[in-house]
Amino acid sequence: MTARRALLGGLITGLALLAAPGCAPAAGTRIAVAANFTEPAQEIAARFEAATGHRAVLSFGASGQFFAQIANGAPFDVFLSADAERPIRAETAGLSVPGTRFTYATGRLALWSRTPGLVDARGAVLAQGGFDKLAIADPKTAPYGLAAVETLRRLGLFERLSPRFVTGASITQAYQFTDTGAAELGFVALSQVVRHDRGSRWIVPASHHSPIAQQAVLLKSGAGNPAARAFVAFLKGPEAKAIIRRYGYEAP
Amino acid sequence: MSAAPETSATGLIEASFRGRLGPFALNADFITPAAGVTVLFGPSGCGKTTLLRCIAGLERLPGRLVVEGEVWQDEARFLPAHQRPVGYVFQEASLLAHLSVRRNLLFGFRRTKDEQRIDLDQVVGLLGLEPLLERGVARLSGGERQRVAIGRALLSQPRLLLMDEPLASLDRARKAEVLPYLERLNSDLAIPILYVTHDLAEAARLGDRQIALNEGQTGPVIDSRDGAGDAGLGARLAEVGPDRLFEDLCAGGAPPELAQLTLAALLAGLPPWRAPDQRA
Amino acid sequence: MGEVIWLTVKLAGVTTILLLILATPLAWWLARSQAWWKEIIGAVVALPIVLPPTVLGFYLLLALGPDSPLMAPFQAIGIRTLAFTFEGLVIGSIIYSLPFAVQPIRNAFQAIGERPFEVAATLRASPMDAFFSVALPLARPGFLVAAILTFAHTIGEFGVVLMIGGGIPGETEVLSIEIYQLVEALEWNKAHQLAALLLVFAFAVMLSLLLIERRTGRLRP
Repeated sequence: MTARRALLGGLITGLALLAAPGCAPAAGTRIAVAANFTEPAQEIAARFEAATGHRAVLSFGASGQFFAQIANGAPFDVFLSADAERPIRAETAGLSVPGTRFTYATGRLALWSRTPGLVDARGAVLAQGGFDKLAIADPKTAPYGLAAVETLRRLGLFERLSPRFVTGASITQAYQFTDTGAAELGFVALSQVVRHDRGSRWIVPASHHSPIAQQAVLLKSGAGNPAARAFVAFLKGPEAKAIIRRYGYEAP
Repeated sequence: MSAAPETSATGLIEASFRGRLGPFALNADFITPAAGVTVLFGPSGCGKTTLLRCIAGLERLPGRLVVEGEVWQDEARFLPAHQRPVGYVFQEASLLAHLSVRRNLLFGFRRTKDEQRIDLDQVVGLLGLEPLLERGVARLSGGERQRVAIGRALLSQPRLLLMDEPLASLDRARKAEVLPYLERLNSDLAIPILYVTHDLAEAARLGDRQIALNEGQTGPVIDSRDGAGDAGLGARLAEVGPDRLFEDLCAGGAPPELAQLTLAALLAGLPPWRAPDQRA
Repeated sequence: MGEVIWLTVKLAGVTTILLLILATPLAWWLARSQAWWKEIIGAVVALPIVLPPTVLGFYLLLALGPDSPLMAPFQAIGIRTLAFTFEGLVIGSIIYSLPFAVQPIRNAFQAIGERPFEVAATLRASPMDAFFSVALPLARPGFLVAAILTFAHTIGEFGVVLMIGGGIPGETEVLSIEIYQLVEALEWNKAHQLAALLLVFAFAVMLSLLLIERRTGRLRP
């Protein structure tokens, strides 16, 4: 019995030691990042660490999942969402520090095909046809999906093309569907195709849809963390903005 | 080499198998009339079951098997088990758990193509199965299960019935229950039986003939009814006595254990009027 | 919502029936073969247990897509891809649930042992005859478990459908996807309702499995 208790005690100590470096490092901060912002976030975090000496631990995932986790006490200091709605919700639910919500990047929508020449410079292919499936992100959950639907409505093609939709749970999936050729065409994020020049593309004019604002908030648990505040400040600065633009976003 | 008078040249079972199966090496060779009960007996682990399985076609060893003139196995031919007209009674009844007693009994009956000489009523009467027919097999005693297994084998219209220690898994009372049925089998039905046992008393009580088996090797056929086995062993025993016969058997190529076993069977199985004064 | 549930049940039903037909000879071979390499096949069959469903789904997306050599015969008859179709989901579900059908049936076949087949052979039943008259009925509990597991596993399938479904209502939008989308869309109330339904269903499945196990355990001597 006592031996068992000792063993149990040892285990708990061991687990605590193991867990210690991961949870809230001394001069560090935990950031929840929407998966579509992975690469720029990594680059920004690296520059942030070099510039300030603070450590930023990034977690990547779907914005909706992060919101659900944050609402249930996940230990994140800053939340970089892929949309505006979830940060607004976080604000109204009292999960974030009031007045800290801001747009860190504005996404641009692109119509892309891996087939060269299929997509023309004005997106006329949508009206002409010659494709079977059109991949979009889920308009109910992903701003890029909503933007795609708005664009099609504006072009007067929504009714005609909606039977050809294949819906990805996220913009990443919409890109996968298109990249594997399973769907010939897809509305993807410009950030996904800006780093290569494969296939053919049409960069949808920003005026075709409401802005795809990706917003961030400082969460309650980060309120007293200088590293978290420093990260937010860095994200608003010129160095971060340059990186963000390089990845195919607009930075306000 | 003499067959029983009532059998023709084709009324024989000729078997010879040589080879190794797992732990058992077989070097078996015998010819016995395809009539009555021939008992294969020997200590456990001597290869009796393996020999019986080879005859049924459940195992395959190089050899030759001719039953009443029909080749079941030779160099060119191996009849698979389901094409051999045998009935096989395993040591454990091995009833099919998903079928009732009746459907177990009829499993082979429905699959025979030969003329059906034995019908359900006959078997039910012979083995006293009437009260069991509609039961599930889980609710039978050991003796009842074994009787059903025997009935099932009989209903498949075998031209040769193979029985592998059908009493070994039963206690003394169950044994006493089943034994009379086995004797009736022998007297009522004209089906030749190869019966495997390690029990000398059983061998003597049920067998018309005995063949000893030791370490996979068969001895000569002992015919306990008329002394007309392979070498007229009964008559020879009466004439020269067991010691001399033992020497003869050894001189004839039998290992001592096998010779001893053969002698023991000869003594156990002999009708009283032939029993010699000396004991081995 | 009714459409989603009906589609989910239809997918699970079709998958279960096809998978039982497919798994039976495979399980039989795995249970009875003496081939030294049979466990290699056994391991391949079991892979979906350890592969993350999204990984499996991604490879299926490639395998069912226009670049796949497997699709060449379909392309000849004018089908460009099987992704985003009900048929594609059935294929995905069959692969995904394969071990859950094969393993119980294989175990059931193995549990029968050699003897009943020897009995059947000495009673004139050919191997094929014995398969239908002895093996199948004796392995019935295994088939029942396989059917329940496959059905339930397909109902709860998410990652594979997420990757190859494309969320087409009435064609590929199944229950688990719907729940995920509801959570993502912050419609938690509706999500709760569907999740509760799944929970009750899952409980019924586990309970029936345990009851089957208890019954067959008792039947076995």
